[in-house]
Amino acid sequence: MTTTSERSRGPASSLLAGKAVGSSSGGPGSGEGQGSAGGWGSGGAGWEGSPPASRQRWWRFEQMLPRGLTVAVWIPLLAIVLLVVVLVVKAVPAIRFNGLHFFTSDAWSTGNAFGSVVTTGGVRHFVGASYGVLPLVVGTLISSAIAIALAVPIGVATALVIVEKLPMRVSSGVGFCLEVLAGVPSAVYGIWGVLTFGPWLAHHIDGPIARNMPDVPVLRWFRGAGPHNVVGQGHDLLTGGLILTVMILPIIAATTRDLLRQVPRATVEGATALGLTDAEAVNTVTLRWVRSGIIGASMLGLGRALGETIMVAMVGGALLGSSPHSIFSAFNTIAAAIVTQLEAALSDPTGLQVGTLAEIALVLLVISLAANVIARWLVQRGVGTALPVGRGI
Amino acid sequence: MAATTGAAPLPTEATTFTERSRSAGLGRRKMKNALLWGSCTIALALVVSPLLWIVIGVIAKGVSHWQWSALTHDHASASSPGLLNAVIGTFTLMAGIVVIGGVIGIAGGIYLAEYCPEGKGKLLRGASEVLSGVPSIVLGYVGFIALVVGFKGTGIHWSFGLLPAWIVVAVLVVPYITKSTEVAIRNVPTAYREGAESLGLSSGFTLRKLILRPALPGIVTGLIFAAAISVGETAPLIYTAHWSDHTNFSLIHSAFGGVGYLTYGVFEFLNEPSAHDHVLANDAAMMLVVIVLLLIVVSRVLVSLTQRYSPDRPQRLGRSGK
Repeated sequence: MTTTSERSRGPASSLLAGKAVGSSSGGPGSGEGQGSAGGWGSGGAGWEGSPPASRQRWWRFEQMLPRGLTVAVWIPLLAIVLLVVVLVVKAVPAIRFNGLHFFTSDAWSTGNAFGSVVTTGGVRHFVGASYGVLPLVVGTLISSAIAIALAVPIGVATALVIVEKLPMRVSSGVGFCLEVLAGVPSAVYGIWGVLTFGPWLAHHIDGPIARNMPDVPVLRWFRGAGPHNVVGQGHDLLTGGLILTVMILPIIAATTRDLLRQVPRATVEGATALGLTDAEAVNTVTLRWVRSGIIGASMLGLGRALGETIMVAMVGGALLGSSPHSIFSAFNTIAAAIVTQLEAALSDPTGLQVGTLAEIALVLLVISLAANVIARWLVQRGVGTALPVGRGI
Repeated sequence: MAATTGAAPLPTEATTFTERSRSAGLGRRKMKNALLWGSCTIALALVVSPLLWIVIGVIAKGVSHWQWSALTHDHASASSPGLLNAVIGTFTLMAGIVVIGGVIGIAGGIYLAEYCPEGKGKLLRGASEVLSGVPSIVLGYVGFIALVVGFKGTGIHWSFGLLPAWIVVAVLVVPYITKSTEVAIRNVPTAYREGAESLGLSSGFTLRKLILRPALPGIVTGLIFAAAISVGETAPLIYTAHWSDHTNFSLIHSAFGGVGYLTYGVFEFLNEPSAHDHVLANDAAMMLVVIVLLLIVVSRVLVSLTQRYSPDRPQRLGRSGK
């Protein structure tokens, strides 16, 4: 009995009582409900009579909706907390064993895997086990630095020409190109680097550069290996850095483009009216307006470059245990080391190598989150691009 | 007299001086201008040419040794190993990721745009943005440790399969879906909400009929980007979905040791000894490029359709001239 009467006035109370009393109470008091139904029944003819049960259910559902959505919205935060907890729990033994030496050491060795397991400070490990993150950090930072140094000027210049010079149709075509560039999977960049781009660089570009560089402190980085100035097959820092450049270009160019479109037109026109050339207007007005945004966009690109995994694992030459000494030497990054070493690490019965990978994952997390947080803070203007920045596509 | 004669040459001297300097300066300024736009055009070429090189190069490499058996046989096939299991696996993974990530992400986006109080929104948005900055291999590692291997006492020890892969990559795409949903909903004019409120419509009805409907293209675009991410990711899948030579739908505890997907083929098959596997690696790369191209074209068509049919909608952010 009560159920039918409640059903018959459900929508009416959604019109009035649902608004006035608030969505917190699913079924308001019956007397109050009847009154409101009578008051509004004459006005809203469409809501008279007993509405179908499906609409009733919808109404209930709608009242519950905000609470249901709250669950979903906490998931990212929960994921981050779980992420950090898992990494820290796994890394604690490795942090205790490796100590501060970890950040200055080149070594990467499980020790004598056929010998006995010993315990130092409560951590089980093989005799001679020794790990250092320095080469990985160096590889990560240098490859990302190459990418940023090239991608920022190219990306900003592209954004400028898109916004200031190209007609709408063409600029939308270039926008399509940027989306494809961002959307190409990193494994495809990797196979292109291994089969096409790396060998091409090695055969046509690397040799002349390496041969003509003098053997002096800074320029030594552009020479090949050994007395014969050998360059490899293109599995090196230069190839990796250049492909990283291409990978982060769309992020920087698209974000800068969206920022440039928000520059007030009247200010630029004012600069032109004062007799400035386009280039001077860009220099004095446009770029100044978006300067912090460009820095932010670059940091977003940096975050992507720091975390790039598969492409580096394919073209980097999988160097472990020593730092790169020239742009023509193999390198490795933290992310690539995790993906290439995890399988081997599982065969370490002491678990120390898996723990060490958790520790370098923490190092990577700290570096890339620092870059990202600074970036978001700088971009803050709320670039409403649908292109998600920070990862491929 | 003296004053006028003294003063007369001065202006002429001054004008000739400034005119000469202006003309010289103008030339230099015009040159600088041309230099800037010239280098900007070169930069544009530097963006477009690698794209063409990659897309055309990868597709050409794939086409040159293309055999249809790549699409009709599993990799386990003895006669002519193909990529059917990887293609099916890729789409299975994509579907699950888009569903799980879509439900969470759209719900989160609606909440952030419509219901969320200011302070809480800042925290949650910040968390979402931080999560989108986490390198995917870190997520993959944590998924492997926590879900595939599992901690003692949690009872989770799933081994490779669809479920851990879905969860890990769904977590990875949620920030993007949330963001695009929120932006799409915020783009719906406030007048719609005010009109609905003044008519006394319930908030849920307003949301369903008046807000989500115009926001739908934006939301779907976000989902398509999520699909493209899930097709292209390798790092978080290697240690969660791993790989299987067979077509395999097991959620967890897979008898064949996981689920195949295309990016694995690109990443690993070059290291295999057989020349046929190298061909398959190129085929897989080509298929990935084609899938991503299709997804992007679909999202573009979607956006242009909505812009054509609803001229009164505010333009998408970033397109406005102001």
